[in-house]
Amino acid sequence: MIAMSTRHVLLGLLATGPSHGYDLKRRHDERFPQARPLAYGQVYTTLQRLVRDGLAEVEGTDSDGGPERTMYRSTDQGADELSRWAGEIAPPAPFVTNEIFAKVVVAILAGGDPAAYLNAQRAAHMERMRELTAVKAAQGADLATVLSADYALNHLDADLRWMSTTAARLTTLTAEVDAA
Amino acid sequence: MTRPVPVLTATGLTKAHGRTPALRGASIELGTGEILAVTGASGSGKSTLLHCLAGIVRPDEGSVTYDGRRLEDLPEKRLSELRRTEFGVVFQFGQLIPELTALDNVALPLLLAGTDRARARARAGEWLERFGVHGQQDLRPGEMSGGQAQRAALARALVTGPKVVFADEPTGALDSLAGEQVMTALVHTARESGTAVLLITHDAQVAAYADREVQLRDGVVTALGVTA
Repeated sequence: MIAMSTRHVLLGLLATGPSHGYDLKRRHDERFPQARPLAYGQVYTTLQRLVRDGLAEVEGTDSDGGPERTMYRSTDQGADELSRWAGEIAPPAPFVTNEIFAKVVVAILAGGDPAAYLNAQRAAHMERMRELTAVKAAQGADLATVLSADYALNHLDADLRWMSTTAARLTTLTAEVDAA
Repeated sequence: MTRPVPVLTATGLTKAHGRTPALRGASIELGTGEILAVTGASGSGKSTLLHCLAGIVRPDEGSVTYDGRRLEDLPEKRLSELRRTEFGVVFQFGQLIPELTALDNVALPLLLAGTDRARARARAGEWLERFGVHGQQDLRPGEMSGGQAQRAALARALVTGPKVVFADEPTGALDSLAGEQVMTALVHTARESGTAVLLITHDAQVAAYADREVQLRDGVVTALGVTA
């Protein structure tokens, strides 16, 4: 799963023109196929907050033969905010307290088998990487799908490399934790 | 899912380089049409394992069975014929003959197998196209990009219709995008033709193209996450 700022992604989708909640949800799910699909409730709540903060406004309503839908559009302030966010460098967060790390240390503390845990975790990571690779390598995969799979693959790969190094260091690590 | 019928099986392989043991009782099974990744740290014995499985070197102990035949029982001449007709090999780089064009490099295994020159060159051209090497057939390896040369090497490994392709770090010398193109080409072609691939790699993103992964640690094979 890719964690993203829903408000900025919606602002980004609105940058192409006015749209309503249902359409925004559909376009989001298409553009970010590896991300968690947006819930309708989340879309409407986010749109209301964008309006409250002056980043979007109601354009009018559109029924298109069906139920009436509220159309939203980005404001100038919204465009500025989108541009600021898009240029902002994401904090290069090291996830040193991540779950895998915690489990390895706990396994050492509790006399468990951290090597076996790492081995099983590697198998699970590889399984997911195989799925993502199949999605990416499928003929006709669109660019958004490929980029999104690449993003996830590279992060899983980073985890895996950390796990390999940790497995190689386990002897040293166990001695340190035991001595502490 | 049930595993495919094995095409290549090795049991209890040991091999030492001088006094340094590379394999210490490695056993492995490659299914018909299966793509199997062998991963492991540098020096874990991956390349030695490939060389033993492909009949390039003979193990000190243990047995390799291909299609019901024990490689260690075959005379060198028969083994060499087997390598030429049933096996394809791709290394990290450097396996293309620098003096020959891409087309002649790919045609070479066919010529060695007795195919006449015109047919060999026509088939080689088809395989180069299949691997996306367009309009570069008359270039020599040194005039091609790394990715293009490696795709020509894949075409050469597959042109004889081998049952097994051995690939030793086939993307090791390429950037990630060129590596991805090489892997996609290899996997698509192998699946189409039902060729089994033994893929040696230290890169998890490359291993993720395989159906299954085994790890080599200190010269011994350990199983990891079975899928498919």
